[in-house]
Amino acid sequence: MRLVEAVDVGRTVQIPDAEPLTILRGVELTVEAGERVSIVGRSGSGKSTLLNLLGLIDSPTEGELRILGEDAARLRGARRDRMRGQEIGFVFQQFNLLPGRTALENVQTPLLYAGGASFWRRERIAREMLGRVGLGERTDAKPERLSGGEQQRVAIARALVRRPRLILADEPTGALDLETGSTVMELIEEVAAETDAALVTITHDPAIARRADRHLRLSEGRLVPLDEPVPAGSAA
Amino acid sequence: MNALARLGTGFVSAVVEAMEELRIHRGRVLLSLVGVAVAVCALATVVGAGAVAEQGVRESSERGGGRAATATFNVNAATPPDPVQVGTAWNEVLERYGVAYGTRLSYGEMLVQFTDGAVTVPVQAVDPAYGIIHRVRVSEGAWFDETDAERLAPAVVISEAFWDRLGRPPLATHPTVELLGEGGRTAVVVGVTPRNGEWDTEPSAFILADAYASLPVPGGTGSSMMGSLLPSFEAWIDQNQADPIIEAIRRDFAAALGDGVQVDGFRTDYAAFGEDPLLFVKLLVIGVAVIILLLGALGLVNIALVTVRTRIREIGIRRTFGATAGRVFFAVMMESVVGTFVAGVVGVGVAILIVRSPLMSMLLGGGELEDLPGFPIEAAVIGLGSAVLVGALAGLLPAFAAIRVRVIDAIRF
Repeated sequence: MRLVEAVDVGRTVQIPDAEPLTILRGVELTVEAGERVSIVGRSGSGKSTLLNLLGLIDSPTEGELRILGEDAARLRGARRDRMRGQEIGFVFQQFNLLPGRTALENVQTPLLYAGGASFWRRERIAREMLGRVGLGERTDAKPERLSGGEQQRVAIARALVRRPRLILADEPTGALDLETGSTVMELIEEVAAETDAALVTITHDPAIARRADRHLRLSEGRLVPLDEPVPAGSAA
Repeated sequence: MNALARLGTGFVSAVVEAMEELRIHRGRVLLSLVGVAVAVCALATVVGAGAVAEQGVRESSERGGGRAATATFNVNAATPPDPVQVGTAWNEVLERYGVAYGTRLSYGEMLVQFTDGAVTVPVQAVDPAYGIIHRVRVSEGAWFDETDAERLAPAVVISEAFWDRLGRPPLATHPTVELLGEGGRTAVVVGVTPRNGEWDTEPSAFILADAYASLPVPGGTGSSMMGSLLPSFEAWIDQNQADPIIEAIRRDFAAALGDGVQVDGFRTDYAAFGEDPLLFVKLLVIGVAVIILLLGALGLVNIALVTVRTRIREIGIRRTFGATAGRVFFAVMMESVVGTFVAGVVGVGVAILIVRSPLMSMLLGGGELEDLPGFPIEAAVIGLGSAVLVGALAGLLPAFAAIRVRVIDAIRF
């Protein structure tokens, strides 16, 4: 099943007292269910903007973007928010855990918006998910008491607790050491594989990028598909 | 059914989220709600204390002019009619119109023998219903009842100054006083009315009208109370039908007394004067309460707005996990409303303790109230309602602020 279909997508922002700034132009991208895609690019090349478009956080100013068959331009308001919550899981570089809440409460948060049985069984589901990422013993720990790797695992559990079909990871290992980063990526891939979810990863790390099935590069706002994995040590 | 279930789950989950937020931010919430709790407490206290004070003013007015509605009837005739005939006619008229409380009232005097000499004491001759109509307070013994009319020695209810002159004998010993004059009598003290103020130093007394009629007149010769001057008559009438009943009593009373007799009837209670004699007190109380509440609300809005700014990133994160704008709006509002409701409960609780405290009761004259009002339900309802209203209004601005931020900006905040 095709989860993402971008045709000639562009994103231009208006800058006060200056010319409009084009961040993305002519982006063509398709992502199928279960596929793993990595996107590399220099800082400011528009990687995060692209991820925001795919995550229905932002909207393209040009072209057509379809997420799970729905035209993103037509998705508005609560329907857009609900689709984002139900079908898309975000993993952020800085984890973005909610301060003051335990690991369990953080993982339960998306289930507050799920409704139905998922809402009523949210604690059990969240515990299972934390167990799945190896934090079954640390459910009551607050973020400030967790290591970076543990925090990212909580963030992964939170992103995947509603079993999204599209997982968007923005520099998921950016704040972690090499070994922990590798472990975290294995975990994301494993959980994604279980639900046949597609995984789109933005990264500066060639080693992380190499783990994907398909590798793309953002250059001057254009997404360029590469046939070969990004060589180790090359500039992202 | 499914839609209903979804709606119910949505509501419950929003409340759960709000409660969770309250728990997480309890320190800040507590601080921000102190102002609201104090404001609600002040509001409920002012309203509650106002009700006690209002009752004080009402009772004080009723002691003078009678309860609402009290009407006074005066009989005027060139030749005074027979007092017995007047009394009978009065009772018949009261019975006809179902008036339970009616009294004769005349002012006179008695010559009383005290240990330090004979003193002329002003006296009010009344029927037992007078005590109910005028809320007569009795600090010792009791007010007249129907059996007092059958006493061989007339019963008197004396003032505290009178009691002082007697040496404050215990009423359980049935103290008596000597009434001087031709054919002097002995009266039994059955009750003592408290002092009305520091100025109230001269002895005075109440006596039953029939007993007074049989008393010797100070100075020796003279007539009974129904002699040259007829008493006035008072009736406590249903306030809602006061005017037609007063007119009917006046008409029937005059008719029963025959030609040449005129009867005037008019209201003397406080409620007869103007729309609401307590309006000024009420408006003052409400004005103070509203100002207090506005100050509390202002403080809450201030803190709530600052707080939302610090939580924008968190709101952005929630939006990425599927929180709709409506849900964020509702959650922020609920936080405010649930918080202020709790503050309202605390505020009203403290207000009840304050208003019912002996000190406040003393300050408001509650110790002298015959019908000390309970903590008024309206004060509790107004307190809680205002708290929730303030919570909703104070939650509106931050809630709008929360949903105005774009998700993409919020997660970068």
